Amino acid sequence: MSIQHTDIYAIALHHRFQWEEAQNCYVILFPEGMVKLNGGAGEVLNLVDGKRTVADIITELKAKFPDAPDLDQDIIGMLELAIEKAWLRQIN
Amino acid sequence: MTQASLGQSVVQKEIQSQNNGVAANVTHTQPLWLLAEVTYRCPLHCAFCYNPTDYDKHTQNELTTEQWIQALRDARRLGALQLGISGGEPLLRDDIEDIVIEAKKLGYYSNLITSGVGLTEKRIQAFKDGGLDHIQLSMHDITEEINNFITNTKTFELKKKVAAMIKNHGYPMVLNVVIHRYNIGHMRQILEMAEALGADYIELANTQYYGWSLVNRSQLMPTKEQIDEAERITNEFREKQGSKMKVFFVVPDYFSDRPKKCMNGWGEVFMIVTANGDVLPCHSARVLPNIEFPNVKDKGLDWVWNDSPAFNKYRGDSWMKEPCRSCAEKEKDLAGCRCQAFMLTGDAEGADPVCSLSPNHHVITQAIEDSRNPVIASQPIIFRNDKNSKAIIAGELHDRVKDFHALP
Repeated sequence: MSIQHTDIYAIALHHRFQWEEAQNCYVILFPEGMVKLNGGAGEVLNLVDGKRTVADIITELKAKFPDAPDLDQDIIGMLELAIEKAWLRQIN
Repeated sequence: MTQASLGQSVVQKEIQSQNNGVAANVTHTQPLWLLAEVTYRCPLHCAFCYNPTDYDKHTQNELTTEQWIQALRDARRLGALQLGISGGEPLLRDDIEDIVIEAKKLGYYSNLITSGVGLTEKRIQAFKDGGLDHIQLSMHDITEEINNFITNTKTFELKKKVAAMIKNHGYPMVLNVVIHRYNIGHMRQILEMAEALGADYIELANTQYYGWSLVNRSQLMPTKEQIDEAERITNEFREKQGSKMKVFFVVPDYFSDRPKKCMNGWGEVFMIVTANGDVLPCHSARVLPNIEFPNVKDKGLDWVWNDSPAFNKYRGDSWMKEPCRSCAEKEKDLAGCRCQAFMLTGDAEGADPVCSLSPNHHVITQAIEDSRNPVIASQPIIFRNDKNSKAIIAGELHDRVKDFHALP
């Protein structure tokens, strides 16, 4: 499966993404489970809103973390994993 | 990239905590999962119910709506995220709508765990409007005969109707099927039924022997061959089907060499508030000796989770005895289930007898043998109902519980 820069994703149905103060991280919640997201993954998924394209997400994160090397690849990698886990659905 | 680079499933939770800038290996426990057993009343009479056999004592002193809402708030502050609303049959209370609204407001991911009895169009609409996230429906078999027999009620047609209702309201459909001798031969048909109903998840939960199912153990336990075949069919179904239905097969611990990591560790991630307000680290903890479980009517959940002697009793591993204490695998299973160890061996700190390294492992092999003994296995099933609960409390069914070190 290859992710295109024009793709738009949203959080999958029946899944919820939210910030958790008590855990100090983003989490993804779904029937019978939950995952605490690492900082980077949380930042990426926080921008997955059904409106931004993958290119938009990369641009925004590059602006936010100008010193991070290989950001494009990391973001695509995280999105691929999130799709494989069925946390995301493509809407275009 | 691995899963670890994305995040961490909380069932393998060990947090690296920062302590004044110095990384320390501290297990930060938080009650991520709150199970609210809002009532022990139930219209079904399932032979495998894990509820305590003396539940009849706890049907008159249920928490009020306000007390439940307070418990939800307190647990959320401690970090609880997943909320299960269970019972008995939670729908026998008429305030589930209020509990659901509060859960949504607090940011829980909420789950109604129900037999479906009492779920009407009006109520499911109210749950949807109130923000309930999903509904887990128990199913029993593809045949009306077995469904009605094992639940001791005529609920087969109703369950199919409720499944459709759940689907129509846009809920993910999560089916839970408890597996035992009477339905294990129908595994393929059960999976096909689930798929036909449009299930998103199905949990095939082999009976674990607590509460009523322990009393009925010899009547319910399938053979090892039946379990292997059921697992084979499940795997075959997973491979060929290609549909998006997720299938969980919960392995029965009596037939494995090592015990389960019960509740992912005592007081690690789960907290159960029972109908009368007792707070437990696991479903059947009340069977354990020398522990006083706190009650939300007396103490706040913060104290219960962090400071109560009950929740601290089996945290860590300093309480373990040999052979667990020096066992290389102790972190994997934390010596198994305390309740099972006590119920079956009389030693709450001993190894779970499911473990082949336990000096008491013979109680498990004996139980398996008993279940194949036609004389023992033909004893009548004691269904979970008020009459039988009263009888057990009164000591009238002594013969069926005398081998256990506490009332199941």
